Amino acid sequence: MNRLRAWFLAPTWTVMAALFLAPLAIILSYSFLTRGAYGGLSSPWTPDSYQRLVDPIYLGILGRSFWIAGVSTVICLLLGFPLALFISRSGARKNLYLSLVILPFWTSFLIRTYAWMFLLRDTGLVNTFLQKIGVIHSPLSLLYNDGAVILGLVYGYLPFMVLPLYATLERLDQNLLEAAADLGAKPWVALTRVILPLCEPGIRAGTILVFIPCLGAYLTPDLLGGGKSVMIGNLIQNQFTTARDWPFGSAVSLTLMAIVMLLLMSLARRDAEDLL
Amino acid sequence: MERVLELRGVSKHYPSHHAVNGVSLNLARGEFFSLLGPSGCGKTTTLRMIAGFEQPTAGQILLNGADITYRKPYERNVSTVFQNYALFPHLSVQQNVEFGLRRRPGNHYAQRAMEALDLVQLAGKQTRRPSEISGGERQRVALARSLVLAPDVLLLDEPLSALDPNLRKQVRAELKAIQRRVGITFLFVTHDQEEALSLSDRLGVMSAGELQQVGTPEEIYLRPRTRFVAGFLGGVNWIDGVGVRPEATRIAKEPPGERPARPATVVQSTFLGNCIHVEARLPNEQPVLAEVSRLGEGFRAGDPVYVWWEPADELVFQ
Repeated sequence: MNRLRAWFLAPTWTVMAALFLAPLAIILSYSFLTRGAYGGLSSPWTPDSYQRLVDPIYLGILGRSFWIAGVSTVICLLLGFPLALFISRSGARKNLYLSLVILPFWTSFLIRTYAWMFLLRDTGLVNTFLQKIGVIHSPLSLLYNDGAVILGLVYGYLPFMVLPLYATLERLDQNLLEAAADLGAKPWVALTRVILPLCEPGIRAGTILVFIPCLGAYLTPDLLGGGKSVMIGNLIQNQFTTARDWPFGSAVSLTLMAIVMLLLMSLARRDAEDLL
Repeated sequence: MERVLELRGVSKHYPSHHAVNGVSLNLARGEFFSLLGPSGCGKTTTLRMIAGFEQPTAGQILLNGADITYRKPYERNVSTVFQNYALFPHLSVQQNVEFGLRRRPGNHYAQRAMEALDLVQLAGKQTRRPSEISGGERQRVALARSLVLAPDVLLLDEPLSALDPNLRKQVRAELKAIQRRVGITFLFVTHDQEEALSLSDRLGVMSAGELQQVGTPEEIYLRPRTRFVAGFLGGVNWIDGVGVRPEATRIAKEPPGERPARPATVVQSTFLGNCIHVEARLPNEQPVLAEVSRLGEGFRAGDPVYVWWEPADELVFQ
């Protein structure tokens, strides 16, 4: 039995070892090496790359990434909850609405982000329209700022908030809402005292699913932020390309991973405490 | 009698069928009233319209004389004990009981909640979560959660059906005792005729969305107005258009003297512990069931017997 299990798990282990553990080990070793004179890597082994991280410039980028990811997550939650509640209550049309939520996935994220650029740029659809109807006279700068990045992130990751919220709302016993109303709770009270507390697992799952990819976002800040709105993902990319500082890039990558893992672990511990 | 709840021609019509059709009913304050009927007869829909979860398509519902037909559930002083109890899983037992109190003006929530828990003998379990107590205890929390609000009418939707049979009888007795003590009007929905007969001051029998008959348990059982009511409340032998309850059907190996009796043959005798069911067949192949005492004479398959009954025990339909 155990041998059979080992055989079945072998492909997974091989893939994980080759494509996850090995690269991780490589990155880990890179992060302790020194940048070569023309890029590349050279000895000696040193923790310098990690020490450079405490530079206010990099801490600023890290803080900014947290801020942008946090704001995007909160907006996703505020938009996603009513939407998920609406879908869970729409009877036979549930499946239609759910497929509309995941419809954007049918097109590449890159193309969709470019589409936003076409909408938001100075000669884009939004500015042209507003100018035509005379609301504004010179184009608004809608692109290449934090707002555009947050907009792109919210747009891209909203389905990851809606789907887990929908899953918990869908399972919510309708009798509980009837009981709340029966006991005198007006809709708002039922929402805050019954629905929201019971949705906590979904809220937590959606928050994780949105916050973590937002924190490491690279494409959206690159295209919609236009290099002005740098997030940690752009910093890492920059180290491996323009700056040719692989050790520092590796150190930043691993630091980001460590932060994400610590966040997940603290959330998992709260889950365990809830069960007690 | 002081009317607390009145239904006037209440209907719930769907495009495909009539769930409830023209139900009129009066409940006196403090009475234990049961709505009895098979599943799908409209009894739960009727209850849900009184609670405000559904709205009638016709008719009126009055509570203390005020029309509440279209009021929201949180705007009417009735409370429901749900079939699955619908306790809030994220709240403790005490918080569940306080939930309704905190939605109303007043104070001493904790004290009043504890009194209600005392009433249902759950003192000491107030800090538990619903998932940490037994099914019977959950049911009592649901009861306390509603009773603590002193509703004009307490609506109970098959509250005993989720309990195992042994517990059900015990809880049934407790329910009756609690109702007597608090004096709140209970409207109890069930498909179990034994429950309805044993608990109720009065009951109404429903079938296919219509109220067939309303009366005391004795009236309903002994003088059913329709064949449906007669059959739903207990066994009936139909002999030449006359209905007789099995326990009123006499059976003996010797003819009863001057009374007219029908000859029959025993098909089967089933020992049920407290009584014996004797199945016999008349010459025209009509089956007859007699419920006899195990202290009387014994019967075996093939025995020639005589069957008769007192004219007073005949069920007469209008």
